[in-house]
Amino acid sequence: MGLQALFFYIFAFVAVASAFMVISARNPVHSVLFLILTFFNAAGLFLLTGAEFLAMILLVVYVGAVAVLFLFVVMMLDVDFAELRAGVLDYAPVGALVGLVLVAELILVLAGNWVTPEAAGSGASPIPPLAERTNTAALGDILYTDYIYFFQIAGLVLLVAMIGAIVLTLKHRTDIKRQDISKQVARTPETGVKVVKVKPGQGI
Amino acid sequence: MEIGLSHYLTVSAILFTLGVFGIFLNRKNVIIILMSVELILLAVNINMVAFSMELNDLVGQVFALFILTVAAAEAAIGLAILVVFYRNRGSIAVEDVNMMKG
Repeated sequence: MGLQALFFYIFAFVAVASAFMVISARNPVHSVLFLILTFFNAAGLFLLTGAEFLAMILLVVYVGAVAVLFLFVVMMLDVDFAELRAGVLDYAPVGALVGLVLVAELILVLAGNWVTPEAAGSGASPIPPLAERTNTAALGDILYTDYIYFFQIAGLVLLVAMIGAIVLTLKHRTDIKRQDISKQVARTPETGVKVVKVKPGQGI
Repeated sequence: MEIGLSHYLTVSAILFTLGVFGIFLNRKNVIIILMSVELILLAVNINMVAFSMELNDLVGQVFALFILTVAAAEAAIGLAILVVFYRNRGSIAVEDVNMMKG
């Protein structure tokens, strides 16, 4: 058994085990942490397939951003999670049945060796040898040329998501005092200063 | 034993099924359901990258990148909706989501 196979089985086993813990952990914080472990091992699988850039992006985007976002929300919401777990096993038999059928179908259909060897290399943009062009550079070569419109649309999707998330969660409070800059700038000496003649010894 | 396409597809099929099973199991807790959706998208990504390796075609990795983008956007919007919902109702149970207005 080669080193590649050994690492594949390590990554695959830990990924599947931690994915199971994600859905079965009692505490949602533990779920998020197991989700992070799953993503780490999936990144290891990506590395084994040669998709180095995607592996690093998976770590940066998922572990660095999405999982931390989940962690924020889980800790921010003051919810009784034990109550939410009540009756968690009611649908477990049905779910297990559906899951077993689904995984059997998927493995039977997908994992059969039905991809012809001749199909390899006939794709639109073959992967260049690693010595000639690194994975990141090769990805950039086609991402910024052939797939530029998709790339722009992906940027738009992210922009819309960002604006949507801000609009949804921004709460404008009316009961606090705010600085009105235009009002401040519009002040002139005439409106801001009042000249009063004070007679000596009398006060205002 | 050579590690090939079918090994990766099996792992991704198991991850996908665990995601679906998670939705069945935690049908009250929206946060876990969102995490299950993330698991499902991760399984799809593993499929894409495995086929990219098998067919020696870089397009699979490009599309995996786009799926990653959409998944990140989906998580952000989903969690934002969750926060607003919690603010309005003080609960995140799925069965409380029966009021479509206000």
